[in-house]
Amino acid sequence: MSNSNMTRRGMLKTGAVAGAGVALPTIFTASSAAAYTNEPTGSTVTLGFNVPQTGPYADEGADELLAQKLAVEHLNGEGDGGCLNTFSSKALKGNGILGKKVEFVTGDTQTKSDAARASAKSMIEKDGAVMINGGSSSGVAVAVQGLCQEAGVIFMAGLTHANDTTGKDKKANGFRHFFNAYMSGAALAPVLAAEMGKDRRAYHLTADYNWGWTQEESIVASTEAMGWETVNTVRTPLAATDFSSYIAPVLNSGADVLVLNHYGGNMVNSLTNAIQFDLLAKVANGKDFKIVVPLYSELMATGAGENIKGVLGSMNWNWQLTDDGTKAFVKSFGEKYGKPPSNSAQTCYAQTLLYADACERAGTFNPCGVVEALEGFEFDGLGNGPTLYRAEDHQCFKDVLVVRGNMNPTSPYDTLEIVEKTPVEQVTYAPDHPMFAGGALGSCNPGA
Amino acid sequence: MDAILLQILNGLDKGSAYALIALGLTLIFGTLGVVNFAHGALFMIGAFCAVTLSKILTISKEVVDPTKTDFLGNPLKVKVPYIESWFGESFGGAIIDWSVPLAILFAIPIMLFVGYAMERGLIKHFYKRPHADQILVTFGLAIVLQEVVKYFYGANPIPTPAPEAFKGSFDFGAMLGFEANAIIYPYWRMVYFLFAGVIIAGVFAFLQFTTFGMVVRAGMADRETVGLLGINIDRRFTIMFGLAAAVAGLAGVMYTPINSPNYHMGMDFLVLSFVVVVVGGMGSLPGAVAAGFLLGILEAFASMNWIKDIIPGIDQIIIYLVAIVILLTRPRGLMGRKGVMED
Repeated sequence: MSNSNMTRRGMLKTGAVAGAGVALPTIFTASSAAAYTNEPTGSTVTLGFNVPQTGPYADEGADELLAQKLAVEHLNGEGDGGCLNTFSSKALKGNGILGKKVEFVTGDTQTKSDAARASAKSMIEKDGAVMINGGSSSGVAVAVQGLCQEAGVIFMAGLTHANDTTGKDKKANGFRHFFNAYMSGAALAPVLAAEMGKDRRAYHLTADYNWGWTQEESIVASTEAMGWETVNTVRTPLAATDFSSYIAPVLNSGADVLVLNHYGGNMVNSLTNAIQFDLLAKVANGKDFKIVVPLYSELMATGAGENIKGVLGSMNWNWQLTDDGTKAFVKSFGEKYGKPPSNSAQTCYAQTLLYADACERAGTFNPCGVVEALEGFEFDGLGNGPTLYRAEDHQCFKDVLVVRGNMNPTSPYDTLEIVEKTPVEQVTYAPDHPMFAGGALGSCNPGA
Repeated sequence: MDAILLQILNGLDKGSAYALIALGLTLIFGTLGVVNFAHGALFMIGAFCAVTLSKILTISKEVVDPTKTDFLGNPLKVKVPYIESWFGESFGGAIIDWSVPLAILFAIPIMLFVGYAMERGLIKHFYKRPHADQILVTFGLAIVLQEVVKYFYGANPIPTPAPEAFKGSFDFGAMLGFEANAIIYPYWRMVYFLFAGVIIAGVFAFLQFTTFGMVVRAGMADRETVGLLGINIDRRFTIMFGLAAAVAGLAGVMYTPINSPNYHMGMDFLVLSFVVVVVGGMGSLPGAVAAGFLLGILEAFASMNWIKDIIPGIDQIIIYLVAIVILLTRPRGLMGRKGVMED
């Protein structure tokens, strides 16, 4: 009598497991032949552009993608060369990167961390991307940065403003060109003091998530340091669309300034609601009531329409700057697409060129070589003036713009006017500043 | 006291939007028995009727202004709306300024047609299917509609301001003897509340005082018997679907100055409006209206700072908490009819 329990299905399963076991060492052997993840072996190199193509920030993502495509053109020697002509580093020759033609793939972050990670993962694993760039949310940036660190590719962040991206969540493989919430506070505070006085009482409405909290913390700290008092800080749900019930009590609170720590649709709606309540026409504590929007974007300014007139805020860059880098980029972008670029487009363009330049200077696509080339790198000619990529946290340090809603715009594009270019010294902080404490950069991961 | 009055006022305009959407949802459910998850999309389409009319009225010719330059340094092309060059700057400008109220006239035929086409083209095929199927197909339709709108209008909110005459706010506090600025309320929100009141009264009057409305009410009570009397109740119900779509659309048109419309504004209201319908009582028109205002005001109260200090996050869940309490104590909802959704 046979006691064998082996069935046909069991045999198949065993065979499959055994087959996978036999194949596994081959997979490792194959990948370990490369020195680092996705080492380009042919005549091309692939970059991954991970931007919101659907969802609420789709227009912002579309603008980023236009700039990224323009950067690829310039890197490959097509078009007018844009900022390659003004960039202080002359390593890029318009013949691709390290002689390899630049190709790109795109992913859709949907402004959701899990979707952004999935699209970045797909571009790294299926398309062989050596670098991921783009995005318009700090949540997405932190999530994708973590993924790139694990996968062994470089992450050149797009629009991400939370302190944490280069604070507690910083990673060796991640780099941020965009400014952050601390810098917004440091740049805005002196202008606010000069325009509104040092005896002001501020009421904060803050989007209830990581970015909102860090921005509120930064603006409260910088305004209180110059003498302002914070009357109240109220958290508003990210999903809120009507802010009237949060704005209505402001005038009765003893405050004379409303700070809107909101971005995107939240900002458009809260500012629109504040204007409906006629706050800017009111007098509180014997002073004209004021509104501040610490983080501006051109696309949001367009959404808010006339409501932004006279309202102060800060930006990473604006097309109205007059330096050579800005002029070259605006001309190139404007002639190709018929409109000036947004500051999220500019940061993605600059990041793509900075990555390519770092590869050229390092002589390799190896992430560790790129990290070394970018750390402590000082450059100019990309539109933000002299800039440092600080080695300690991979944050760019450069001038910050304080802007105001234009009272008399002449076109849909000059809805904001530059009030001041705050010098970099004023927005620089120590790497161990409490707002950036926690987490460690770690060491670069080449993957493979 | 002033803070309470302030939040009651704040709740009224949002409650008005909830009430108008819930009214349409209840009309459709009561007549056709369809759970229409695309109703929020109808609200959104109404809002984009206002955006579209505003864009049509501002179609412009380009005039070169040699004294100014554009962002590339070329002579600036200034856009002058045709309507201003035809009717003069003041009258043409006034027409553009009043584009949102004018959009009511623009939206009514469009929304009636959209409602009619939606009912005849898709929803009528799902009358005899389970509610789950109806929810799936109408939810899918809502997603399709919002993606179509996003394709043509982009993802960003589009500012659609109220006429200049209605900008600013009214100081209720000063009128009631409180301090200045204690209770302020924007003029347009008052207009919205009054508009909602007129629409709601109009729908009730239509159902109550016209023969058509009487037949519809009879059909809502007993569709089969009305059919046996030789009345084509289906055709009347199709018209009611169009009417419900128009109500949602007009609610959307007038809401545009309150919040700049974007493609997913319908979804923002949809779930809450369903809660309103359930709380009011499935199939009850007065219930939907009462629950709309009740929940709008409760939501405003829950966002008061001292309440949020006691229960953090209450502003995000208050409507659902109230719905749970009401459904536990009164499963039919506030004014629900016996037998509706109870089998």
